[in-house]
Amino acid sequence: MNAAATPDTPQPWAELGLKEDEYARIRQLLGRRPTSCELAMYSVMWSEHCSYKSSKLQLKRFAELGKQTPRGPLLAGIGEQAGVVDIGDGWAVTFKVESHNHPSYVEPYQGAATGVGGIVRDILAMGARPVACMDSLRFGPLDAPDTARVLPGIVAGVGGYGNCLGLPNIGGETVFHPSYLGNPLVNALCVGVLRHEDLHLAFATGEGNKVVLYGAATGGDGIGGASILASETFDADGPAKRPSVQVGDPFMEKLLIECTLELFAAGVVIGIQDLGAAGISCATSELASAGDGGMRVNLDLVPLRDPTLTPEEILMSESQERMAAVVAPENVERFMEICAKWDVQASVIGEVTDGDRLVIDWRGERVVDVDPRTVAHDGPVYDRPSERPEWIDALNAASAAALARPASGEDLRETLLRVVASPNQADKSWVTDQYDRYVRGNTVLAQPEDAGVLRIDEGSGLGIALATDCNARFAMLDPFLGAQLALCEAYRNVAATGAEPVAITDCLNFGSPEDPSVMWQFERAVSGLIEGCKALGTPVTGGNVSFYNRTGEENILPTPLVGMMGVIDDVADRIPMGFAAAGDGIWLLGPDADEAALSGSVWAEAVHGHLGGRPPQPDFALEKALAGLLQTASKTRLLTSAHDLSDGGLAQALAESCLRRGLGAGVELPGDAFVALFAETPGRMLVSADPSNAEALEALCRAAAVPCRRLGAVTEAPELEIQGQFALPLDELRQRWSATIPAAL
Amino acid sequence: MAKVIVDVMPKPEILDPQGKAVTSALKRLGFDGFSVRQGKRFEIDVDGELTPERLDQIGRAADTLLANTVIENFDVRVEQ
Repeated sequence: MNAAATPDTPQPWAELGLKEDEYARIRQLLGRRPTSCELAMYSVMWSEHCSYKSSKLQLKRFAELGKQTPRGPLLAGIGEQAGVVDIGDGWAVTFKVESHNHPSYVEPYQGAATGVGGIVRDILAMGARPVACMDSLRFGPLDAPDTARVLPGIVAGVGGYGNCLGLPNIGGETVFHPSYLGNPLVNALCVGVLRHEDLHLAFATGEGNKVVLYGAATGGDGIGGASILASETFDADGPAKRPSVQVGDPFMEKLLIECTLELFAAGVVIGIQDLGAAGISCATSELASAGDGGMRVNLDLVPLRDPTLTPEEILMSESQERMAAVVAPENVERFMEICAKWDVQASVIGEVTDGDRLVIDWRGERVVDVDPRTVAHDGPVYDRPSERPEWIDALNAASAAALARPASGEDLRETLLRVVASPNQADKSWVTDQYDRYVRGNTVLAQPEDAGVLRIDEGSGLGIALATDCNARFAMLDPFLGAQLALCEAYRNVAATGAEPVAITDCLNFGSPEDPSVMWQFERAVSGLIEGCKALGTPVTGGNVSFYNRTGEENILPTPLVGMMGVIDDVADRIPMGFAAAGDGIWLLGPDADEAALSGSVWAEAVHGHLGGRPPQPDFALEKALAGLLQTASKTRLLTSAHDLSDGGLAQALAESCLRRGLGAGVELPGDAFVALFAETPGRMLVSADPSNAEALEALCRAAAVPCRRLGAVTEAPELEIQGQFALPLDELRQRWSATIPAAL
Repeated sequence: MAKVIVDVMPKPEILDPQGKAVTSALKRLGFDGFSVRQGKRFEIDVDGELTPERLDQIGRAADTLLANTVIENFDVRVEQ
């Protein structure tokens, strides 16, 4: 090998993002300098994105949560491509959320589209049929010029890809804050369904078994760094600057889904893995290191879209819609037949060997000879310094107590309108109407409901509920509590439908890990999630960390997004969010509003542009009691609606519950009407029920030790009346609530 | 009145799903041996005289709106 004979050849490790000690470690692992192909592989696999080198130490702590959900053990947990939850009757569900933040800023449409495509393939690789998506999006201020570029592109990309695949998009969020201006967040979630016996894990085993690459041909997509290698190695003038933008082809992905599911059903697959970040480098090294042997690959057998690609580029290409499978030799013919049926290109590119090396050849030359475990698993691990920032004390001291409050009923009315019309609280149908919510015919609830609900078993009505949440303002004030409040909100959103929350996936979006204050935020958020998940009994099934989210020197608000999955025995029992019938009573479940919970509230932000103080304290016992109560109420059909209280407090919940079906409400508020409307005390839900069920509901609350207060009744008259304060016609409310986003775009 | 043509094409190394679909449709119909990439063509009628400044303006318009230069190249030419 030439690399051994020329130890002193300078290599562009720094340009590829490697640190000096990381490069030295590669030389030490190999006992020589790496070839340029090996350097490409190590650099991309040891990147933050693939190796989790800054977060690994923290993420390991999630393991202490174990694998027990309220419905039995996880079938697969952290470390697999996606976690798998047993939901009963032989059904299993796999779900995961992943970020595609940076690509979505560079090219919003394709960045968001390929984000959806990537998470769908993760789910597919577990042997599951993808059945729905959700997308949690964060942008700069709604009125910023760049938001007008980024938001429509991202929304169109999410919709374009998901709609073409025929996947309903059943929920998510759209949030605005200045810290996301140069760094929007696109967190895509996919959920898939499988029978227990169809679960497939990714590994390569069995000497002589073939490695098959199938799907789209490999092109120059997403290879930022490899062009440096290419230009140095092969052409002094340098090739045309390769783009780092991947372009998605959802129609190809649809074929890949159907083809892969048929391959699984035919039993011709031993191990399978999707190709995402780091492409062939990742798939070969991960498959090989998860198995018990080595692997030999010939890059000349990789179908190329662009024949001028160098081997480094082939290894690093992030071309979309590709999968790798390990197939026994006797099944290769059948494998190829199935691929041909679906018009999917497939090629044997190598085989499993008995050694422990991953060797890759190109044009008769050995370009890679490594221990795959050193590439995939033994990457650097950083114990990054973390330090509680000094500014947090000042931030926590600046509570919302000093802010001016509305003085009259008329002021209160205008304040409510300002809150519901603020970009974060306003109607999001401009976004969600671009997504297909009901395709496949199993969507029971979708946006703007608290959680998306899907029917899984058409016979029994067994179904699942999913919600994603994160109030990053709370996380900014206190990342520990903020993460817990995100967890509680997602838990409560799922519980509001009558489903039992069972497990979470998370997408931890943070600024630069090289900034000790960001590392502190990250550690605190992870600790908060672990403690919260323990208290709620919901394990973490997997997820994703995204660091370096910042514009210039400004880091984003810490955004530990939680995706909660729940199980509902019969979707016919689900509880919708909107008031359902005039004459129904309205109750507030949970404690009365606490004045301190005005800090970090939407009111403080929307009216005063204020963020300060301390977030409210989560109450896990209360959340569990509330969820249990809702499950009973759902099974006994006690409630006609349930809507969780979170951003915007009771004011927002009342407005949304009225507007959902155009029914009014007359309510009397306890204590200070302003605090009652706008404080964001957690652990609360707004519910309605037929008056004949009033006693049963109140008895149920007593039994569950959940405070319960009757506020008033649903009315035929189309207005929201706060007794003694104001009456607001629903037309005016709807007009203000729904005008904000269309007017800005 | 002068006519200016702006041709917009996906960059050569970028995946072109439309072109790929056309390529395979052609093959299905018996037109063998063709590989297609699909772009778009804009015809712009220019009021008044076509000065170098006006042409430059069209170049900037193409750069701003007609092409997505992250994934597409464009070419401006005057139709004779």
